[in-house]
Amino acid sequence: MAAILEVHQLVKKYGEKTAVNEISFEILESEIFSLLGPNGAGKTTTISVLSTLLAPTAGDAVIGGHSVIKEPMAVRRLIGVVPQDIALYEELTARENLSFWGQMYNLSGKELNTRIDQVLEQVGLSSHAKERIRTFSGGMKRRVNIGVGLLHKPRLLFMDEPTVGIDPQSRRAILDSVKELNRNGMTVLYTTHYMEEAQELSHRVGIIDHGDLIALGTQAELTSQVGEYESLQLELGEMDDAVGLAETLRKVEGVAQANVVDHNVILVTTSTEKVLAPAVSCATERNIKIHSVTIQEPNLEAVFLHLTGRALRD
Amino acid sequence: MKKIFLIGWKDLVLAFRDRAGLILMLLAPFALTLGLGFVTGGFTQSNSTGLSSVPVALVNLDEGELGKGLVDLFSSTELAGLVEPESYPDPAAARLLVDKDAVAAAVIIPAGFSASVIPDASGGVSAPVSIELYTSPSRPNSAGIIQSIVTRYLNRVEMGRIGGQVTVGQLVASGRIQPQLAAEVGAEIGKKQAQNEEAFTSIRLKGEEGEATPQFNILAYMAPGMALMFLMFTVSNGGRTLLVEKTQGTLPRLLIAPVTSSQVLLGKMFGIFLTGTAQVLILIMASTIIFSLKWGNPLAVLLLVLAAVTGAVGWGMLLTALVKTPGQASSIGTAVMLTFGILGGSFFDITMMPRWMQAASRITPNSWGIDGFTALAAGGGVASILPDIAGLLVMGAALFGISLVLFKRRGVLQG
Repeated sequence: MAAILEVHQLVKKYGEKTAVNEISFEILESEIFSLLGPNGAGKTTTISVLSTLLAPTAGDAVIGGHSVIKEPMAVRRLIGVVPQDIALYEELTARENLSFWGQMYNLSGKELNTRIDQVLEQVGLSSHAKERIRTFSGGMKRRVNIGVGLLHKPRLLFMDEPTVGIDPQSRRAILDSVKELNRNGMTVLYTTHYMEEAQELSHRVGIIDHGDLIALGTQAELTSQVGEYESLQLELGEMDDAVGLAETLRKVEGVAQANVVDHNVILVTTSTEKVLAPAVSCATERNIKIHSVTIQEPNLEAVFLHLTGRALRD
Repeated sequence: MKKIFLIGWKDLVLAFRDRAGLILMLLAPFALTLGLGFVTGGFTQSNSTGLSSVPVALVNLDEGELGKGLVDLFSSTELAGLVEPESYPDPAAARLLVDKDAVAAAVIIPAGFSASVIPDASGGVSAPVSIELYTSPSRPNSAGIIQSIVTRYLNRVEMGRIGGQVTVGQLVASGRIQPQLAAEVGAEIGKKQAQNEEAFTSIRLKGEEGEATPQFNILAYMAPGMALMFLMFTVSNGGRTLLVEKTQGTLPRLLIAPVTSSQVLLGKMFGIFLTGTAQVLILIMASTIIFSLKWGNPLAVLLLVLAAVTGAVGWGMLLTALVKTPGQASSIGTAVMLTFGILGGSFFDITMMPRWMQAASRITPNSWGIDGFTALAAGGGVASILPDIAGLLVMGAALFGISLVLFKRRGVLQG
């Protein structure tokens, strides 16, 4: 399959600070590609450069054969963007918003009205078309926000953390709609800091941290980097000394890493059976009660932990 | 072009759906005009000017009918609510009263005024003389009223003189009077004209009938003043929406659509222009209906509104280019609105202020606009406001140019 997006040594600096550091990757036609990384990793900056909002400091990206630097208008016609924040006019109705944005993408007349109807149907808001965005719930706004990005049937859709801050039901609906769009042939670049979303949606994943693309591949390829490692998550109480326990557990044989996320100690280990007993013993010695124990097969979270020593939510 | 219009129209719709904005755009100027109208007596009597009577010193050194006619005119019931005349024998004393600001003007009618107009028995007139109008620079409006009364009277006298000559000429030509009686008849006509107001009317048959001194209504000054002041609110608020759109994400979204940054900027400007124009036109229509205010020649009013909005939009764009956040735009915009309101003459006649302040007021659209609206309310046409229109358009163009440079330098139209 041909690449619709090719990113070459892309750099974006804000003064002395490097937000994106020489990243290179490509996205194939009809693929869902996720950029996975914690907040501040450089995901939104990357999307901003690829969508021609920001000029890169160095490097280039080519979308559908057009350079984002040399032919930004041609690029804009090919892409759709669903920004992280709701970018809608609150005092306009859903239909008025879609109409305005559709016309900005050169739709007009019957074609515009047909697409508005289709998109409203697609995001499940046909019955709310004449209501102002101001009156919508967060989830409904998110759905209109996505609808705007779909109006002109883009070849490549950028979705920048579209599920941030919404209820589980709306989140589920959005993830299902992304899969549906992809089944209909749309290529999607999806950014998230939720490992589960990247795992569920993506054909390939790029892991980004501090502006660097630190891993790239299919989920199988990435988890193979962790090899035989599993993760063991110990949930502690709020007042318990998770940091002290993690420090102690790092010295236990078989523990490759011990990290603290919220009130949890996450151990990366080759044998959960071998380290579980010493871990419980250490906790008891410190008068720490373990509320629950979760054993996870190698996943993207473990990959990130393995590569950075930090959890995605850090 | 279509996208510029769409962006502008969208902003107009949003502006008129913003209830808080509507209060400041439409209700506040209307309420202030209404309040000031009551305070200044703009709603008391139908013949009231809303101004207190203008004190004027009259010195009549003429022994003829015309000098007396002018003094009588100042004491007439027609001008009773407008002027407060007092007669003095000495020109120097009258001028002193003006210097002390005790009266707004002194009208000094020289000896021989009537004789310089009305022929004597021999058919001759004496050498021309001038009526002296000595006015107070601190009361330009009041002085203007006195000047317009004197000018009106002199115009009538002049018309009467010419009418008399024509009448006598026709009487001689038709053989109704002997040529040797022409001077006597002419003098008689002149005297009657000076004594009789109706006679002026009959003379004014040559297309002059019905022309009257425009009634000065204080609301005609206040309503444009308030409209222009709150126009500044609208344009600064309109500029603020550019920054709001930036923080709310709709501006970045526009900038990644197939739209150029120039189209976005022009669209935003067009939106502010449309909103400002709609605001001022609504205020004009409302005050016309409710206050029975006469704004003047509709075409000229429309042209002046468009020019005033252009000048104000220039300031709105400059303000937007200078500030960083919507909050700054709001607070600085309000400060600019009030400063321009005061400096530009929205609250009081700026001509009462020192010369440097009068000069400074010309940086405000309020000043040019009020000048223009006052001229139109006084009966002026398009020609009378051309300097104001030119001033406002130059202001708008210059400020837009500066704003463009600042926008580019500060990267306002970047993510």
